[in-house]
Amino acid sequence: MLSRVANRIYWMARFLERAENMARLVNVNSHLLLDLPSRVQVGWRPLVEILGSETQFEQNHEGYDERAVVRFLVGDPQYPSSVIGSLASARENARTVRDIIPREAWEQINELYLNARKHLPSAYGQRKRYDYLNSIILGNQQVTGLLAGTMSHDTGYAFLRIGRNLERADMTSRIIDVRSADLLPSADALTPFDNIQWMSVLKSLTAYQMYRREVRLQVRRPDVINFLLRNPRFPRSIYHCISTVAGCLQDLPHNESPLRHASHLQRLMSDVTPETLDQPGLHRLIDEIQQNVADLDRLLSEAYFYVTAAGQSSA
Amino acid sequence: MAIRWKDYRATGFHDELIRGSGRPRDAARFLTRWLSRLRDDDIRERKAAAELAISVMGITFTVYSEEGGSIDRAWPFDIIPRIIDKREWDGIEAGLRQRVQALNLFIDDLYHDQKIVREGVFPRELLADSVNFRKPCIGIDPPLGVWAHICGSDLIRDRDGRVYVLEDNLRVPSGVSYMLENRKVMKRVAPELFENAYIQPVDDYPSQLFDMLASLSPRMVEHPEVVVLTPGIYNSAYFEHAYLAQQMGCELVEGADLVVSEDDCVHMRTVDGLSRVDVIYRRVDDLFLDPEAFRKDSLVGVPGLFRAWQKGNVALANAPGCGVADDKVVYAYVPDIIRYYLGEDALLPNVPTLRCNDPQQRKHVLANLDKLVVKPANESGGYGMLIGPQASKRQRSEFARRIRHDPRNYVAQPLVTLSTAPTLVDTHVEARHLDLRPFILSGQQMYVTTGGLTRVALRKGSTVVNSSQGGGSKDTWIVDLEGH
Repeated sequence: MLSRVANRIYWMARFLERAENMARLVNVNSHLLLDLPSRVQVGWRPLVEILGSETQFEQNHEGYDERAVVRFLVGDPQYPSSVIGSLASARENARTVRDIIPREAWEQINELYLNARKHLPSAYGQRKRYDYLNSIILGNQQVTGLLAGTMSHDTGYAFLRIGRNLERADMTSRIIDVRSADLLPSADALTPFDNIQWMSVLKSLTAYQMYRREVRLQVRRPDVINFLLRNPRFPRSIYHCISTVAGCLQDLPHNESPLRHASHLQRLMSDVTPETLDQPGLHRLIDEIQQNVADLDRLLSEAYFYVTAAGQSSA
Repeated sequence: MAIRWKDYRATGFHDELIRGSGRPRDAARFLTRWLSRLRDDDIRERKAAAELAISVMGITFTVYSEEGGSIDRAWPFDIIPRIIDKREWDGIEAGLRQRVQALNLFIDDLYHDQKIVREGVFPRELLADSVNFRKPCIGIDPPLGVWAHICGSDLIRDRDGRVYVLEDNLRVPSGVSYMLENRKVMKRVAPELFENAYIQPVDDYPSQLFDMLASLSPRMVEHPEVVVLTPGIYNSAYFEHAYLAQQMGCELVEGADLVVSEDDCVHMRTVDGLSRVDVIYRRVDDLFLDPEAFRKDSLVGVPGLFRAWQKGNVALANAPGCGVADDKVVYAYVPDIIRYYLGEDALLPNVPTLRCNDPQQRKHVLANLDKLVVKPANESGGYGMLIGPQASKRQRSEFARRIRHDPRNYVAQPLVTLSTAPTLVDTHVEARHLDLRPFILSGQQMYVTTGGLTRVALRKGSTVVNSSQGGGSKDTWIVDLEGH
């Protein structure tokens, strides 16, 4: 498989997953704000912060009001991680590999983008926002299903799953971060609402039902963190995502360095003790996860995407 | 209501299916009979079936727009095929083989001894002025001595019923994928017409193309690596590049996918590492092929590719420099070129062409600008042309000035008319103008497509068959009545 083709499939999958998770992120914050009393309002600024996009946001916006942040995260075509920006990039990548992916998948991605653009104004009002974001999430799930059911599970498919799961690990960590200590007012003020908020984090990841089945307890912070970071069976938990990446790497050539790094990330998840993690500690851990995901991305590029004449890779 | 052939008129032009008397030509009779049995609803249904097939099969051409990125448009298609009797086609095919064989000898000669120039058949100053002559190609011996492996020649039929060659496209001719797809669409639209086996198949082309390309491989290996090189998705022929790669089972590569190693071999970058490439079917223009040899600002080329080709480590189809024979002034000399190299008269006539570099002929051109079509030597797609009878006085005097200033760059032809064929307009038929582009492959053997791509001007009276300007296409049937 050509390196360029592998690279584009990888990014197509990452951008699709990013669009879905951005929709989930905006959803969780919308719900969180509805659950919190007005005296402890956290507003919309934390969303931009956990995405590390303050500089770009502030170039075009005065303040972090709901309308501006939702516009930025959902509908700003200049912001590459917005729902629209991600879908546009996914579509451009898909177009260049149209001969590799099944044509229905290309058509579905194309339609997803066109519909997202057409109905964009519904995302800005509170009333239709949930439906709009949900249609993005379902649209991507449909693409995922089509690809799983109609594309040969070959090298290209391995890169697709690697891209999707790395992006998902990164975004799941950011969604957990919405609840991180230094972004919210002091923990005391929130205690009565703590469980409700962790429940909305679970729901935004479609994890609530699975959590109840597995954990069988009421929603408690350490159990939720444990579930989302370490659960080996839930497909959006970070441990599960990284294990999938490692599994795909097994079948690829010269996989030593990315595989070693994926195992390192798996161990990092296994060693977490949620009971002892305070909010600043959780935030630091999430930073570490994100840094490791970025490193893994770099190692993949060196091993597979930028092959030079001098040797196997530019590393 | 059905199609009534007696109402159909193609006054003043040669019609491909219907005689002047209103009766169908022999090879078209089984088609016209079938069409007249269809009711309006049947016609609409068949037309809808064709449109559905085109959208489902994803047959598109790309139009680039600033606002929305590139858009793929569905390919406009007419369900009434264009028919040529096999007895006539055999003659056309022989003419095309002769023509391309002579052109390849001509190109090889120009890059070696230039005998044709030394013997005064082809003027030296024309060669000196040619923008498509590539000095770096002098002395190179491409595999099998062939330069133009894939040629697409445009044929037209004038009022007199004779087929003429309008031009030979030797650089990166496109359209063959539409020829193949048109046939697939027709088989879905009118399967019953294919049962009688009069219609000659066309689907052999991708395997013929692959075999020809593989035969150029510099390495004697069982499975040479053949790739298709595209400038990328914004190229208007990208659909075809992807289609041919898929049909041949080859990789579709872009310039950045290839790398030339220190030993001057070409490799592609794969997830397994570098992998040697033997043959490149390049759909990138000469000048953009290698920034080291040609245009330095090329972003779609491969540095060192020319060097690798020069050393014989990779085959390029078509060979760089073969465009020297794809020039409207060279065109005027093709009958002489055929006579010089093959000792034969041209089987397929050129449209009579006046060369402005010849003082006698130039005088005639300047005196008759209101009757002639003037074409610059190296523009394609109808750019920079003067259509005398339709031009203003001012445009004509502007062209007179240009011709006097740079006579080598201009040729003139009488205004040829294109033949017509019945074309569906709603549920009835009207005459529309068309041309034909067959494709000729040259390797160890030659191969000519069975028919080619028929392009049709869908606007009434128009002779512009280009898809970006209201043109469409028809399936082309070579019909063999004698086999039955």
